[in-house]
Amino acid sequence: MHAADGGVRPHFRALADWLAETPADRVAEKRREADLLFHRVGITFAVYGDAQGSNEGSNAGAERLIPFDTIPRVIPKAEWDALVQGLRQRVSALNRFLHDIYHEQEILKADVVPAAQVLTNEAYQVSMLGLDLPNGVYSHVSGIDLVRHEDGTYYVLEDNLRTPSGVSYMLENRKMMMRLFPELFARQHVHPVEHYPGLLLETLRAAAPPAVRDPVVALLTPGQHNSAYFEHAFLAQQMGVELVEGGDLFVKDGFLHMRTTSGPQRVDVIYRRIDDAFLDPLAFRQDSLLGVPGLLSVYRAGNVGLANAIGTGVADDKSTYPYVPEMIRFYLKEEPILQNVPTWQCKRPQDLELVLDKLPELVVKEVQGSGGYGMLIGPAAKKTEIEAFRARIKANPANYIAQPTLSLSTCPTFVEQGLAPRHVDLRPYVLSGKAMKLVPGGLTRVALREGSLVVNSSQGGGTKDTWVVD
Amino acid sequence: MLSRVADRIFWMSRQMERAENMARILGVTSNLVLLDTGKLQEQTLLAPLSITETEAAYRERHDKLTLPALIEFMALDEKNPSSIYSCLKWARENGHAVRWLITSEMWETLNASWLEMRAIPRNRVTGAGATEFFDWVKERSHLFRGVTYGTIVRGEAFNFSRLGTFLERADNTARILDVKYHILLPSVEDVGGALDYYQWAALLRSVSAFETYRQLYRDQIFPIKVAHLLILERRMPRSLAACFDQVKEAMSRIRGQKDEPAKRLASELHARLSYADVEEVFQGGLHEFLTAVLDDIGELGSRIQRAYLGAV
Repeated sequence: MHAADGGVRPHFRALADWLAETPADRVAEKRREADLLFHRVGITFAVYGDAQGSNEGSNAGAERLIPFDTIPRVIPKAEWDALVQGLRQRVSALNRFLHDIYHEQEILKADVVPAAQVLTNEAYQVSMLGLDLPNGVYSHVSGIDLVRHEDGTYYVLEDNLRTPSGVSYMLENRKMMMRLFPELFARQHVHPVEHYPGLLLETLRAAAPPAVRDPVVALLTPGQHNSAYFEHAFLAQQMGVELVEGGDLFVKDGFLHMRTTSGPQRVDVIYRRIDDAFLDPLAFRQDSLLGVPGLLSVYRAGNVGLANAIGTGVADDKSTYPYVPEMIRFYLKEEPILQNVPTWQCKRPQDLELVLDKLPELVVKEVQGSGGYGMLIGPAAKKTEIEAFRARIKANPANYIAQPTLSLSTCPTFVEQGLAPRHVDLRPYVLSGKAMKLVPGGLTRVALREGSLVVNSSQGGGTKDTWVVD
Repeated sequence: MLSRVADRIFWMSRQMERAENMARILGVTSNLVLLDTGKLQEQTLLAPLSITETEAAYRERHDKLTLPALIEFMALDEKNPSSIYSCLKWARENGHAVRWLITSEMWETLNASWLEMRAIPRNRVTGAGATEFFDWVKERSHLFRGVTYGTIVRGEAFNFSRLGTFLERADNTARILDVKYHILLPSVEDVGGALDYYQWAALLRSVSAFETYRQLYRDQIFPIKVAHLLILERRMPRSLAACFDQVKEAMSRIRGQKDEPAKRLASELHARLSYADVEEVFQGGLHEFLTAVLDDIGELGSRIQRAYLGAV
């Protein structure tokens, strides 16, 4: 909000004025109203291992509200436009990379990315070899996590190319802000994000087999007990497509169908919100009840589209992440617009030595970890925690990467003591179909604990509305 | 509509209707048992178990047949799949699975019913608060049906909800009417006596038909007229004929594939219940007639399941 010289950054002007002239109790009242509305609509998420089985038949105990902060995060349009350039470039390169590693593997032959890094990765899917996808798109929905350094530079923290979630909060947060503070929207032009479901549907339809004229899309969910079920149901409803579970689908005569009251109906595109391993018990995990037997064969025959494609995980793995700038140079012959956070790979002996040496200053993450689980934040950790982590890294170095603790920019946030600066990140959603589309905004997550850098909802993070303003 | 979704809506509606009918059966039993003594009392208590075909399950859990134990089993036992407790629980569970396709008012009604059910003290239900509890269950069912009718879009969700409601109600009316078969009078002299009168009156009250009987027949209570009212009188909304008017109408609006067996049986039942002769029914035996109807309702349920709801 404030520039280095202590003055209010210009795009925050309208908001700062409004905050200054609005009585505190009115703002507090609005916050309570927001809580109530979120509860009533049922925008909740489930926390794994939380209050399970305490009362049978009711899963109310496991449903929690993600804290919503009423102070928006504001990004000037010019800053956003630069971000968009960088995001398009990065996601293009990632899609090119995915196409390449499942076809000619030129980047491996050129040794820009080590072959072992790709081919021995557990997310690499041999079943994808040689398969051509419509528009060459593998990651139709990409969530790119960004952080902004104090000096104003944006860094990519990680790429999410499997089943990135959270976009429903972006949409619901905006709806809530417009409902609670209409006068704020009158003061300045906030670029709209509400057309996201329409763009998503367009993107999904572009993933259909090319011969299909009017593709039928369905959203595949693991079911109502999944932590993101609210989002699945919400998006299906917003797009006007069926929300299906594995049991609703079956394969017959080489095509995918859903069971409806008026007989089988063909499905051309599956927006799947379940992991690769559970998609098809005949091809992947045999014990999976969430998927559809035979789905992979229909996919390989080109009779159904999957978004995202199978095997995208190899490109968003934290051990692949350090190579993304090289991918951009290799495929696009361009310099990366968005920077990576400098990353040490513990599998390299010289990196490992440095990491173990500077452990109390670093952030260490598991290669396959997500959701803020299994990470160490050196400056915030107790000595015993650091030593325990040191032992784990030594036992399996290839499983860890380390990064410097960035001095992240903050955003004013309501906490118990009033307004205070808290660290934020940003996840814009990049849609890749016939063309690339983004809505101006994304999900801003905020670490509610003072000094904390972890914004994941499972670790006590909250969300904010994200405004791109002129 | 997805078969799984239709199945949830169908059963959600059946379960709310079943909860109401369980409350009705228990209500009339609680009344009748006050009039009886000895062997007859035993038969009165046994009747609800016979008509819901749950006597064996009851005997596994209870040594003696008493009113509190019967209410415990039929209203509160979570292991009994047709107890009121189970019905409200599963109606809510089914509603939860499709809460994006039903209206928020419907979901809130289901959810609130279940939360209240869990908060009700058990010893009140089996004791002095029994009647109050049965009335509460009926009210929740009325509320849910009204909210559904008043808010849901006229489409497949509505059709399957109506289908579930009226198929379940038909089943229950047939079973309640059959209760008299299970309570034999001690001797032939009692037929037409005071006891007989109270039994028929209680039966009519259990389906909210006592006043209707008076209004329509302006007469003493005769078994053959009670049967006429509950089987053939389509102005009486819980009669078999009225239920099948609704079943047939809902089915005619559902567009299916290979659903001829289901539609044919629904039409056959509708015709039988529209044009039956009550004298003939009595000559052939009321119990036999009702048994055949119940069998066909069961078969219709299976055919609906196969035609629309994804049973493999």
